[in-house]
Amino acid sequence: MTTIINVPHSLEDKSFEQVLDQVAPLPLDEKIIVDTRHARWASPYGLTALLALAQSRAERPVLYVPEAENVSTYWSRMDFFKHAAELYDLQGKVTRAKAAETSVLLEVTSISKSDDVHGVVDRIQQRAQDALVKNLNLDAKITMRFTMALSEICQNIVEHAGRGGWVAVQTYTWRIRLGGRKVVVIAVCDPGIGFRESLESAPGFQRKDRWDDGLALEETVMRGASRFRDPGRGQGLAGVRRFVGNWDGKLSIRSGTARIAVLPKGDWDEDEPLHENLAYFPGAQVQITIPERVT
Amino acid sequence: MLRKSVCELYSNLVTRPTGAAVRCEIEHELDRIGDRALTVIDFSHVGLLDFSCADEIVAKLLLQYVSLDAPRREVYFVFRGISDSHMDAIEAVLERHNLALVTQQADGMSRLIGIVDVDERKAWDIISRLGAGASGDVATAIGLSDDAAERMLDTLWRRRLVIRYDDGYVAVGSVTAPPQETRLDA
Repeated sequence: MTTIINVPHSLEDKSFEQVLDQVAPLPLDEKIIVDTRHARWASPYGLTALLALAQSRAERPVLYVPEAENVSTYWSRMDFFKHAAELYDLQGKVTRAKAAETSVLLEVTSISKSDDVHGVVDRIQQRAQDALVKNLNLDAKITMRFTMALSEICQNIVEHAGRGGWVAVQTYTWRIRLGGRKVVVIAVCDPGIGFRESLESAPGFQRKDRWDDGLALEETVMRGASRFRDPGRGQGLAGVRRFVGNWDGKLSIRSGTARIAVLPKGDWDEDEPLHENLAYFPGAQVQITIPERVT
Repeated sequence: MLRKSVCELYSNLVTRPTGAAVRCEIEHELDRIGDRALTVIDFSHVGLLDFSCADEIVAKLLLQYVSLDAPRREVYFVFRGISDSHMDAIEAVLERHNLALVTQQADGMSRLIGIVDVDERKAWDIISRLGAGASGDVATAIGLSDDAAERMLDTLWRRRLVIRYDDGYVAVGSVTAPPQETRLDA
């Protein structure tokens, strides 16, 4: 049996839940067709999560590519199809991006080992200064901190996921609130073991009365827990939280059936701190959003 | 002065494996120079230092040589060329491990960063200002008994923030003798 998964027109972290609602009930070896023909836009989260989705399936899925040429071109420019071709059977016309089109901050990039993190850091530093300082009106000192946060989030895949994942970074206009403020978004998605299983693998781990994905996220993100006994562990996410707080940003992490969010002080987002009982999706899906500074 | 560059492989100091490799190289160099050494770790050429790498290079390096019970060897460190973004990562890892270190700024002035209580900082400042001193100098300056001042300086010595010699102390970073210099060329 084959099931068609309808992808919403606008594909980002919230709307990706619609995709997972359709996929989660299906057996892993059931053939799926991911239909993006009517997609009009995708955030870095949407693109990286689509790749993680394919990785999570036992049966190689089919991807109907977007019909709109500008969407297809943009996904090409983000290197999405380059990676998708290895995970999906692509059906439909893929429009190639012209070589000169380089407005992307960081194309969809595979992360599976430490050297990949070095590659990401090297590449983004060349582009981040312009994007963050000129386009988002942020203080120049954000560039290094932004790259540190990116590095730490990518390392979570290498250190904890148990399999490869994806990162992408882009700036775009945030339409949900405040009438079109620009943001920069980091998305890092993997279909690995996730936060709960990672903590469960800690030596001497003891299950609490209440133990689920939500609590595992709280322990890790809010209290710095780690599966390693080394007291130096857990500093990366703590540093990312501080970074996000300092720049009125938002950090959200989805793992298993829960999503936790460190919310901005400002009023540009209306998310809840914790969502539970979501459709199951393996691994961890992280998004960092930093808004333009408005003077 | 022996000058040694230990990190030319990467353009930025990120990830734990990179930090562990750099630390191992530094430790290897230190193993070659005897039981008592003053080492300068120079970050001037390092672009980015993330939290994980700072934990491996700075915190775990210090932990090898700092112990309130029995430090295995007498190695002191001065850190140079620390930028604002390096400082974010370094201060975070020092706080996590309850450590402190001496950093030398561009103007040559040294200062303590990390976890140091008020009296310890005062004592270090006095010894640093004097260049060298004994417990009596600290006792007089901050109103402690000689015994209390001696205990405080002993703690600072065990934390490798002052160097003990004969019956006095020198603040790390104010020493004029040429140190072993290790440059992190990233």
